[in-house]
Amino acid sequence: MEPTLDTGVTAWMLVSASLVLLMTPGLAFFYGGMTRSTSVLNMMMMVLAAMGVVGTIYVLWGWSMSYGASIGGIVGNPFDQFGLGGSFDPITFVDDAETLYVPTIVDVGFQVTFAMITVALIAGAIADRAKFGTWLIFVALWVTLSYFPMAHMVWGGGALSDEGWFAGIAAPVDFAGGTVVHINAGVAGLVLALVVGVRTGFGTEVFRPHNLPFVMLGAALLWFGWFGFNAGSAYGANQIAGLAWVNTTTATAAAILGWMIVDKVRHGKPTGLGVASAIVAGLVAITPAAGALSPLGSIILGVVVGALCALAVGLKHKLGFDDSLDVVGVHLVGGLVGTIAIGFLATDGGLFHGGGFRLLLVQVLIALVAVVFSGIVTTVIALLLKVTLGWRVTEENEASGIDLAEHAETAYEGISR
Amino acid sequence: MKLITAVIQPHTLDAVGTALKAVEVRGMTVSEADGFGRQKGHTEIYRGAEYTVDLVPKKKVEVLAEDADVSAIIEAIIAATQSGTIGDGKIWVTTVDEVIRVRTGATGSEAL
Repeated sequence: MEPTLDTGVTAWMLVSASLVLLMTPGLAFFYGGMTRSTSVLNMMMMVLAAMGVVGTIYVLWGWSMSYGASIGGIVGNPFDQFGLGGSFDPITFVDDAETLYVPTIVDVGFQVTFAMITVALIAGAIADRAKFGTWLIFVALWVTLSYFPMAHMVWGGGALSDEGWFAGIAAPVDFAGGTVVHINAGVAGLVLALVVGVRTGFGTEVFRPHNLPFVMLGAALLWFGWFGFNAGSAYGANQIAGLAWVNTTTATAAAILGWMIVDKVRHGKPTGLGVASAIVAGLVAITPAAGALSPLGSIILGVVVGALCALAVGLKHKLGFDDSLDVVGVHLVGGLVGTIAIGFLATDGGLFHGGGFRLLLVQVLIALVAVVFSGIVTTVIALLLKVTLGWRVTEENEASGIDLAEHAETAYEGISR
Repeated sequence: MKLITAVIQPHTLDAVGTALKAVEVRGMTVSEADGFGRQKGHTEIYRGAEYTVDLVPKKKVEVLAEDADVSAIIEAIIAATQSGTIGDGKIWVTTVDEVIRVRTGATGSEAL
């Protein structure tokens, strides 16, 4: 039978791609509000310019390295479908009978938005102090050497997929990017914060977020966009997409409650920045699990991750690394919690649903591989850039404001931090 | 000729303006001010990290007046701002050598 274009799914995937695209400008507001008033433009530029770099690279070799012919299950061959040519197949089947398809170019659009947000997430770890040029080179190298291989391993039929290394134990679950996106970016944030070093005055000076309403606006846009991220990852306009949509909401709602409880117990007051952060923490944790949990399970996950991330964001002050906007505390911790929680809470194979330890073991293993892989790749790139281009602007420019130094602009008239 | 300077709680500004008009003050200058006195700063909490803010935001009101009007103006400001708690603010009076109205070049009382 001649395959038919599935117009419903195609339309939904285009909407989802557009929703996910919105997340990255949303992230620019989320991060921008958290910086000082003298570095908000630089932070938003780090995020938006990353969209520029990744959006260009993706169709050249990004798609091919993610979904092209596999090299040892680790990465796709960049030349296999370079520039969406070569063996690029314009048809992607969305049903097992291979009677319904969506155009592959729609999937390219969906996937490029994931690559953009992932690398943009890392920017928050090195706010206020990084040379803009070095950041752009980092974006190009990191998305090529860490993101595309991880996407290939998990989603491109590689080593961490259900045809990969651990398939003999159980099929690993990463619905929308707990490993590829959040653990990957979170580890990279930790490595960059360590390599780039602390901001001048870290530990003694006050780094007060300059615009909390921006942060909340960003959190709202992220939440809205995340429906494309998670429900779109169902690759269908169906039951699974609906489940992912509901879980994305319930986990996030519960995370708000979890974070507010910790705030209240520790400081006596629930905070606005806490709630905005909780929204992102909940969204991060449900990302890998959105299609695998029941809504009740997602509430448990949400409360746990909200409380854990509220506690985790304090670690940098104790351990002395300046992950300025908490990429580690929210994305690494949230990504790990979500990925591993699947082993407990998945309705199919989870420990709490009588599935035994096999899925849990596999989930821990894929999380570990993501941590190690991203850790090694990011360390090499970050150190290479440190000894060549250098990461830091001068101390004077850091003090007087990186917006003016790196972009010849200021966000506000007559500002002082 | 005197300059009356009052540092007040920001939320009392409207009441001060109304009170000054009632005693027929013809102009005032308002600016943002940060400072500390006996009222200490406060603690803010961002993602669990506590920051002590030492400087408290205030409004600074400046009024030029004839010597004879000074006590009435001070009473009006106090009536509009006094809550009896720490942080109500401060008023001080300084002598002014000369006042000039830019538009006409008039000086002294005429320039008020």
